[in-house]
Amino acid sequence: MKLNKIKSFAKNIRKNIIFTAYKAGAKSAHIGGALSCADIMAVLYSDILQFKKKNIIDDNRDRFILSKGHACLALYSALVEKKILKKKDLETFEGDGSNLLGHPIINKISGVEFSTGSLGMGLGLGVGVALAAKKKNKSYKTFVVLGDGECNEGSVWESVLCASHFKLDNIIIIVDRNNFQQTGKNSKIMDLKNLKSKFKSFGCEAIEVNGHNINQIYKSLKKIHKNKPLAIIANTIKGKGIKIFENDNNWHHSIITKAIYKNINKEL
Amino acid sequence: MISKSNIKLWSSLGMRATFGLIAIELANKNPNLIITTSDVSTSAGLDRFKNKFPEKYIDVGIAEQNLIGVSTGLASEGYDVISTTFAPFQTLRCCEQIKVNLGYMKHKVCMVGLASGLVLGNLGFTHCSIEEVGVLRSIPNITIVSPSDTLELYKVLNEVFNLKGSFYIRLTGGSNSKIINKSDYNFTVGKSVELLSGQDVSIIGCGNILGNCLEAANILKNKNINCSVINMHTIKPIDKDKIIEISKKNKLIVTVEEHNVIGGLGSSVAEVLSSEKHNCILKRIGINDFYSSGGSYEYLKNIYGLSTEKIIETIASNI
Ligand SMILES: Cc1ncc(C[n+]2csc(CCOP(=O)(O)OP(=O)(O)O)c2C)c(N)n1
Repeated sequence: MKLNKIKSFAKNIRKNIIFTAYKAGAKSAHIGGALSCADIMAVLYSDILQFKKKNIIDDNRDRFILSKGHACLALYSALVEKKILKKKDLETFEGDGSNLLGHPIINKISGVEFSTGSLGMGLGLGVGVALAAKKKNKSYKTFVVLGDGECNEGSVWESVLCASHFKLDNIIIIVDRNNFQQTGKNSKIMDLKNLKSKFKSFGCEAIEVNGHNINQIYKSLKKIHKNKPLAIIANTIKGKGIKIFENDNNWHHSIITKAIYKNINKEL
Repeated sequence: MISKSNIKLWSSLGMRATFGLIAIELANKNPNLIITTSDVSTSAGLDRFKNKFPEKYIDVGIAEQNLIGVSTGLASEGYDVISTTFAPFQTLRCCEQIKVNLGYMKHKVCMVGLASGLVLGNLGFTHCSIEEVGVLRSIPNITIVSPSDTLELYKVLNEVFNLKGSFYIRLTGGSNSKIINKSDYNFTVGKSVELLSGQDVSIIGCGNILGNCLEAANILKNKNINCSVINMHTIKPIDKDKIIEISKKNKLIVTVEEHNVIGGLGSSVAEVLSSEKHNCILKRIGINDFYSSGGSYEYLKNIYGLSTEKIIETIASNI
């Protein structure tokens, strides 16, 4: 693992998120929840996910599913860093006829495995993809990023139960635990209490890490989890990387004006 | 309260924010009211309501199936419940809960689907809602209303708990929505409103897209094509009498809706016409059963033939 490489990857993701949100103008963008998972995405895309850039739809590629689809700017930005998308593509974000809408649209050759955006659907897809790997004797892994608010959805827990029932040791669930959802703190809207013990009691190997510590994220993703799924609760800060956005849920879905852009761009 | 200034204010706020304002008024009048949501108070203009009436506001988290379960339980104990979230999550996500709890058992809940139709086009089709009327129409015991503007939203919300059965109220348009009804008028669930009279063509529309229908009719008038424009705010039960009446009068009926042409307003009108003797043809303008690329509201309206210009084209080429 090359710490500095991943750190600069994460920095570039954040830059691209801010740049794209700014360019989107009045169309608005989901900013807070994209920034909170930027470090997770950086580790995944720079060092963990195995795929061939020349043949991105190769059957043996690792699968990545952004179940919290509204954080698509983090995904698009990671794909730009991997040169699967062009930086210029970001300027079409949410534009007429664009492939890069406010939620990911399935587009395998551009690295988007599924259309997400309706919360609570991504993990079920991941379980199916991981089951297929078992049936076909393939060694690819499936990584699914969930929001903590998203874990309000019962369907998430149906899928966790299912992943553990089928002993899927080839699926890794990462919860972006930023303690906020759309309209406030998780604890106010729907208290999730102890997520780690919940995943454990559903039969997963579960660990909790600092979701902004590259080393910890990397190590957790490498953790051995024989005969069971791995659930990583990544403790993060919504809006991480831009001081005025951090833990301020007004930036869940918002507009970056020119004045704000000038101000915060220095921070990156 | 209905006033000239509120009509202006509401339409500029759009249906979602106006819903939040009306909710406060409703709660002041109705001690029995409870509003349930799924982590979308901000998107439904309910922040003030939430602060003002914390005991009348229940957020079940991002869990729409549970939303219908909890709302039904409250309703079964005598509360007047309005549930709300974005249209796809308010309807399709919890469709079987709606069927069993509201349709089959006939418990009464008023569901408000936010930002339905195409207005969230740049978020993609997970967030557009072009299917739900068709699905809900096939469930007995649910009245479906698509208000033409914010004033009509006010009127229907004030009627809902005087009437029997569950409701689905479909909010369309964005902020700066079009004013369809310039001043107070008689509103009855199930009874359409003739906004404009003309002897050549009848345009039947619902929702804020009626703004485009009225524009089209006014432009066509200059080309000597006289259109009636009918606000069919209630899609179910549909105003059969009115449809039969115009089918005897006009050669061309055009339905206009921000919904799949399968299952929505156009289908409802076709169902009525199919069992009547008449002399007209029906053209259904709406989403032609495909998911297009995403983009702005205007972009999508244009793709689906729902822009003013495209409505004019369709009428002019079919008359
Ligand atoms: C099924 C569904 N219900 C509601 C929404 C609207 N919505 C979009 S983001 C969001 C909050 C998500 O919270 P979380 O998963 O914690 O994401 P984060 O705070 O990290 O952005 C909600 C309710 C949705 N997209 N899908």
